[in-house]
Amino acid sequence: MADLSFLSLITFLPLIGALVLVIFLRGDDEAAQLNAKRFTLLVTLATFAISLFVLAGFDGENPDFQFVEEGTWLAGLKYKLGVDGISLPFVMLTTFFFPICIGASWGIGTRVKEYMAMFLILETMILGVFVSLDLILFYLFFEAGLIPMFLIIGIWGGKERIYAAFKFFLYTLLGSLLMLVAMVYMYSEAGTTCIAACEGDATGLLNHQFEFATFTFLGIEIVGGVQTLLWLAFFASFAVKMPMWPVHTWLPDAHVQAPTAGSVVLAAILLKMGGYGFLRFSLPMFPVASEVMMDFVFFLSVVAIIYTSLVALMQEDIKKLIAYSSVAHMGFVTMGIFAANQQGVDGAMFQMISHGFISGALFLCVGVIYDRMHTREIAAYGGLANRMPIYATVMMLFTMANVGLPGTSGFVGEFLTMVGVYQVSTWTAFGAALGVILSAAYALWLYRRVVFGDLIKESLKTITDMNRREIAVIAPLVFFTLLLGVYPSLATDLFGTTVAGLLESVKEAQKAMTDIAMSTH
Amino acid sequence: MSADFAIITPEIILALSAMGLLMFGAYGGEDRRAAVILWLTAALMAGLGLWIAMNGTGDNSAFNGSFVDDAYSRFAKVLILLAAAIMLVLGESYLTRQGILRFEYPILILLAVTGMMVMVSSGDLIVLYMGLELQSLALYVVAAFNRDSARSTEAGLKYFVLGALSSGMLLYGASLVYGYTGTTRFEGIAAVVADEGVELGLTFGLVFVCVALAFKISAAPFHMWTPDVYEGSPTPVTAFFATAPKAAAGVLFARVLYEGFGDAVKDWQQVLVFISIASMFLGAIAAIGQSNLKRLMAYSSIGHMGYALVGLAAGTDAGAQSLLIYLTIYLVMNIGVFAFILTMERDGKPVASIPDLAGLARTRPAQALGVAILMFSLAGLPPLVGFFGKFFVFKAAVDAGLTALAVAGAVASVIGAYYYLNIVKVMYLDEPGEPLSINSKIVHTVALGLAAFIMAAGWLPLPFLEGFGIPEIAMAAAQSLTK
Repeated sequence: MADLSFLSLITFLPLIGALVLVIFLRGDDEAAQLNAKRFTLLVTLATFAISLFVLAGFDGENPDFQFVEEGTWLAGLKYKLGVDGISLPFVMLTTFFFPICIGASWGIGTRVKEYMAMFLILETMILGVFVSLDLILFYLFFEAGLIPMFLIIGIWGGKERIYAAFKFFLYTLLGSLLMLVAMVYMYSEAGTTCIAACEGDATGLLNHQFEFATFTFLGIEIVGGVQTLLWLAFFASFAVKMPMWPVHTWLPDAHVQAPTAGSVVLAAILLKMGGYGFLRFSLPMFPVASEVMMDFVFFLSVVAIIYTSLVALMQEDIKKLIAYSSVAHMGFVTMGIFAANQQGVDGAMFQMISHGFISGALFLCVGVIYDRMHTREIAAYGGLANRMPIYATVMMLFTMANVGLPGTSGFVGEFLTMVGVYQVSTWTAFGAALGVILSAAYALWLYRRVVFGDLIKESLKTITDMNRREIAVIAPLVFFTLLLGVYPSLATDLFGTTVAGLLESVKEAQKAMTDIAMSTH
Repeated sequence: MSADFAIITPEIILALSAMGLLMFGAYGGEDRRAAVILWLTAALMAGLGLWIAMNGTGDNSAFNGSFVDDAYSRFAKVLILLAAAIMLVLGESYLTRQGILRFEYPILILLAVTGMMVMVSSGDLIVLYMGLELQSLALYVVAAFNRDSARSTEAGLKYFVLGALSSGMLLYGASLVYGYTGTTRFEGIAAVVADEGVELGLTFGLVFVCVALAFKISAAPFHMWTPDVYEGSPTPVTAFFATAPKAAAGVLFARVLYEGFGDAVKDWQQVLVFISIASMFLGAIAAIGQSNLKRLMAYSSIGHMGYALVGLAAGTDAGAQSLLIYLTIYLVMNIGVFAFILTMERDGKPVASIPDLAGLARTRPAQALGVAILMFSLAGLPPLVGFFGKFFVFKAAVDAGLTALAVAGAVASVIGAYYYLNIVKVMYLDEPGEPLSINSKIVHTVALGLAAFIMAAGWLPLPFLEGFGIPEIAMAAAQSLTK
């Protein structure tokens, strides 16, 4: 039973840290602020260290859930945690990124204790999402993450922070509540909330076949029946989280207004909850509906890739530009997932991980110059290479990775998803490839305007290069972006087997159902 | 006969105490004994509530089934008694400061509570009416309790006129039911419904009864009185209105529909579905424009009653259970919020407008945190306990095939989340204006802190927490109702 407490420990350690911080740390002078920061960094590092044990003990060849903990809870609900190849990378990504976020927040000067507590609470909620193996538990963490994020944007954000915070909150909430109703329906229908088989219930939702007979409602023929409706309800939530076009508009606002570390968490981790949700719920639980809705997702993804890339070209705010590029990159993920073949899903997983590193790093880069100049306008910069050689190099690397240059992790994800999608829909792959070209255009153009050229602006004459803390924060990201670029199987070994198992059962379910449909016609 | 009286002992104790305390107060002269009476009343109600919680068992009925004492009514009685006692205690300092602590106040509350106890135990339309009227008449008076304030008087009058109208509808409906079934006893009505189904005339009677009860729990479209009465009444009275009477009326609603018309779910389900959708949306949308906290809580209560009725509309055990769970959670949240509103003051005058809260997080971080937790819970966000209330009603509704109702509830709660969030925003994100003085006694701090703690941690799988066993008790209670 040594396994019993690992996941609970990682999940709740930050929360306990937050409580300790709020209860025991007194005062608001500089020393107390520094203590709060150090303590928080320590807690997040400890969480990361424990998660390394999980990583070390994880068997990548085994497609089942590992480190499973199970218990009962309030009114017969289940408390069940576990990781498989799909969730573990995200758990690692989360525990890895939080110390970086705390390091990037060293400059925060107002309400430091609350700020640190919010980040710790947020970490618990995010980790909870990835390790929950119970529907209601998952929902609990999924939604609860909104509260700290709302406050982080609202209290420590930029000028329009209140608008952005509300938009973020209400957008996400609407999607999530529809998902809640769908979850309640699934609970009612399948009689269980366990995602995989658990005590007292042999099947679990992953093995439950939801009704898929086509029916007509108010004159509209719903192909895939109940499954499609459930799929749509989950889609409402995950598509907003992802975010997919056309429900992406909260993201640029939230990114622009959030403090640097908030943007990093948002881009690197929170967005991945959408993709994780698709892989954990939509695809395996509603395989027929996923097939029915495939073209729809492809359409939205391609529009997202091309349209948001074009929008990104015209942005005057650096953070907004990166935010739009995130939407475009998430388009690759959704199309990869619903292509439902090994390359597509592997690529989507890889793209999510790599996008975590790259976009997180890009927001950190923006933070570096924002801290110095207090503006995010592209026009306010130019010629930074002259005074900031280290910064220029780092920014160059991540710009290239964002474009998807071979040798960086960005390339592997985009390439794999396109290979996967090509087998299913040539036109979608074609559109996505067009997006890659556009992404090169906006990313390189951004780089040119900010970093290259002559340093003519008076205000930039005294700008200093990255200091040691900033380099320390960003160095691990440089390392992993390059490492995954040249040695991708480091990541694919982790999730490859699980993805293969998942796809096998999806194909089986889809085939079984087509057979039934054939025989009834 | 003596067995009958044994069953209604709690009600008899309350009624006799009310009379005794009235004499005690009247001969004390000029409200000198008001505070003593208030504390005595609160202690009596709290003690009785705990006694019922500890000792009440079994399914008993008195007077040939017109008075029922089962697990369902006991659950409601405990809620009502405790909530009323807490609200009396919380209001004491406010009333003293405003100089309106008259000795009649606790006695009227006591009478209203007696009425509610009878309501939730009624097994007969006549007993129901008696209980309801005893409660309502006492409440009309306390609404107008601040005689020198035009708004309070107006609130009392409005409440009275509309309340009388609804009582009239109830009587009319009851007489129709009696006319078509030949009995006023719920069991008898249920037998007729089971044998002969629901005739058209009976449907009319049923609808009238539903309308009157919807009025009492302030569900849309019969909610018009609520905002004005909430705003105009002295705050302790508003706080009381928001808690015990809601629980009593909700449970009474369940009793009439489940015991009297349990076999005719299809006939009243649509009515309830409509009322609950209307309440949820009205509560959510109309509250957005409010700048007065008391008015906002009025609309919030309308919305919350809509959710409670979602559970009731299911017409199943789980539905009755979810109603009780929802009401319990709702009561705790309201006790916490009103414990805070009662302490808001500026220049010695009570205030209740939302902009007054600006920057509270800086000036009073502990209180602000408590209120913020309660607001998130009222909005139904996990992991706070308010979420579980919604979860249980949605589950009951979906199990009963009312998925569309649950979807409507989900959409409404997103709209509603806006104004709860707005309060958090005002407290945490706005710049502090002229600081608010918080005139908080120890009871207020404890009530707010405890309510916030229950909402934040009540769901944790730890000993003594984990829902406090409420879901299980509520389930047993629901089964006693639908047996």
